[in-house]
Amino acid sequence: MDKRTSYFEDITLFKDRSVLIWSLLALSLLIGLPFMLAGYQVFVVNLILVNIIIVLGLNVLVGNTGQISLGHGGFVAIGAYMTVILDDRWLPFLPALIIAGFIAAIFGFILGIPSLKLEGPYLAVATLGFGLAITVIIGRVQFFGGHMGIMPPELTVFGTKLSSNTDFYFLCLIIALVMGIFARLLIKSRIGRAFSAIRDSDIAASALGVHVTWYKTLSFAFSAFYAGVGGGIWAYALGFISPGNFTPVLSILLLSMVVVGGLGTITGSVLGATVITLLNLQGEKIQELPLIGPFFEWISAQFMSISGLPNINFMFMGLTVMIIILFEPLGLFGLWIRIKIYFKTWPF
Amino acid sequence: MLGQLILSGIVAGSIYALVALAMSLTYKSSEVANFAQGEMAMFSTYIAFVMLASYQLPFWLAFIGSLVFAFFLGLFLHFGIIRRAKEPNVLNLLIITLGFQIFLYGLAGWKWGSEQRVLKLPISQTETVEIAGTTISQLNLATVIVALILMLLLFVLLKFTKLGLAIKATQQNETAAKINGIPTNRIVAITFGISSVIGAVAGIMLAPITTLDPNMMIEPMLKGFAAAVLGGFNSLVGVVAGAFLLGILENLFGFYVSTEFKSIVAFLIIVIVLYFKPSGLFGTHYVRKV
Repeated sequence: MDKRTSYFEDITLFKDRSVLIWSLLALSLLIGLPFMLAGYQVFVVNLILVNIIIVLGLNVLVGNTGQISLGHGGFVAIGAYMTVILDDRWLPFLPALIIAGFIAAIFGFILGIPSLKLEGPYLAVATLGFGLAITVIIGRVQFFGGHMGIMPPELTVFGTKLSSNTDFYFLCLIIALVMGIFARLLIKSRIGRAFSAIRDSDIAASALGVHVTWYKTLSFAFSAFYAGVGGGIWAYALGFISPGNFTPVLSILLLSMVVVGGLGTITGSVLGATVITLLNLQGEKIQELPLIGPFFEWISAQFMSISGLPNINFMFMGLTVMIIILFEPLGLFGLWIRIKIYFKTWPF
Repeated sequence: MLGQLILSGIVAGSIYALVALAMSLTYKSSEVANFAQGEMAMFSTYIAFVMLASYQLPFWLAFIGSLVFAFFLGLFLHFGIIRRAKEPNVLNLLIITLGFQIFLYGLAGWKWGSEQRVLKLPISQTETVEIAGTTISQLNLATVIVALILMLLLFVLLKFTKLGLAIKATQQNETAAKINGIPTNRIVAITFGISSVIGAVAGIMLAPITTLDPNMMIEPMLKGFAAAVLGGFNSLVGVVAGAFLLGILENLFGFYVSTEFKSIVAFLIIVIVLYFKPSGLFGTHYVRKV
């Protein structure tokens, strides 16, 4: 490729003009999207946006800093419950959302402290335990609505009521864009480079003057903030939350979104969240699909069981995750890069 | 009362110990914390159930059949999936096992539905035996005995057989083992098979106590994993000790403090222990050199 003379383009938001133009095109498509889709599809897109927000943060932790977290469902739960409770009793929606994000971040900071000494399976089990503990505690405390769960109040932003899925879509889109741009700027800043240095070798990083303790816990707090904000919006998208929404399965799903999308990239987060969310939602209702639906129904009647057919989405998800890791460790982002290079150098 | 609590703690602990042993065996030989362990055990238990209920086989045949299946499932996980990974680093391998776990969970849910089944063992669950002033049901007693026998067998295997020697050599230094003519790939695959068998025994012993459904091994697996981490992942004796300790502590906590939070106390203990001893209670600390 061409010779690098400066690293300026590494820290700009848009690499060059063509990227800027494509981004603007994509943005206008996104603005027009809800008018092209039916009501339920807009709801699905909202869920995808929520997952994108959460995965953006998790990807900074897993992809850029190299720490494993199997407890992100816990942060999502904290964000969701805190937003709903604050919004219900004391504050308007947006401040409640931001404060809930910061509360999640504080928990992330606390979880980050024991994780300083841990790695690999030890870190996995510590974070997993955290996620489980949060779910159980929320389920047992009356203040959080116990096992029955709670309903968020009506959503009002700056005095306007957002009642339809389309209104809500624009709220999600704006928040997702802001958080995406912020994550990108952070990765490109001094902090982001410190994260990458820790991922590659924390001993080398500390030898170069990176404060490993501070940056590791900061990375946990940062991703917890994203999970908290995502959780807050998620509560309103679903219209009802209970501890059953925040099981370890959620944490595993989020982690698989990061890996399927591609570690350490914004594009990867977006791709992974989109694909896994769609797979998950569509897999549950596989009977309704044309062609494939009746086929699977026939297989179920013949060899499996009809009542268990909705479980097939887990099978597809597991297969997707395994196949991606086995054949394309960089995830969908790696696939995308390969396609791009193929067309750039096309006849050769 | 205290004796009774400790006894039921030991019963729970013996299940945790089996799962923990299985996880620690594979971890030691391949650096993979196998999250699919629980689901593999669940699937093998279903195989035993099918052989008992649909084909009316005698119990011992179904038991052995499901163990054989479990062994091949373990071999398949290693040869078919883990070996094929392009970039086998810790995160990727962990995600692969998570993917396999979700896959098996979905497959079992699809095949057998989410309804709860009953796996009948030829051991009574209601009749009790008295030991030193405490009572224990025959099934629980059998669980503890089976777990102890399995541990003994594993000890004999690792200590006195050629295969055990090869496994230990591979665990200590794979390259050196290979140079000395040990087929390390095959040995690691066999280790996966053995731990899958251990997990399957835990599943079959557990199925009558809980019920047989696709969710059945999730909690025992997490507890077993936690126990393994508590004891120190790289010491088998430590892992067993950690499992019994966890079972007993959990039961005492459930009785004296609160039954509601019994299921999470394990993880709180883990986080606290790991904070002070990052490699578990009995694990040897592994210092990385630059």
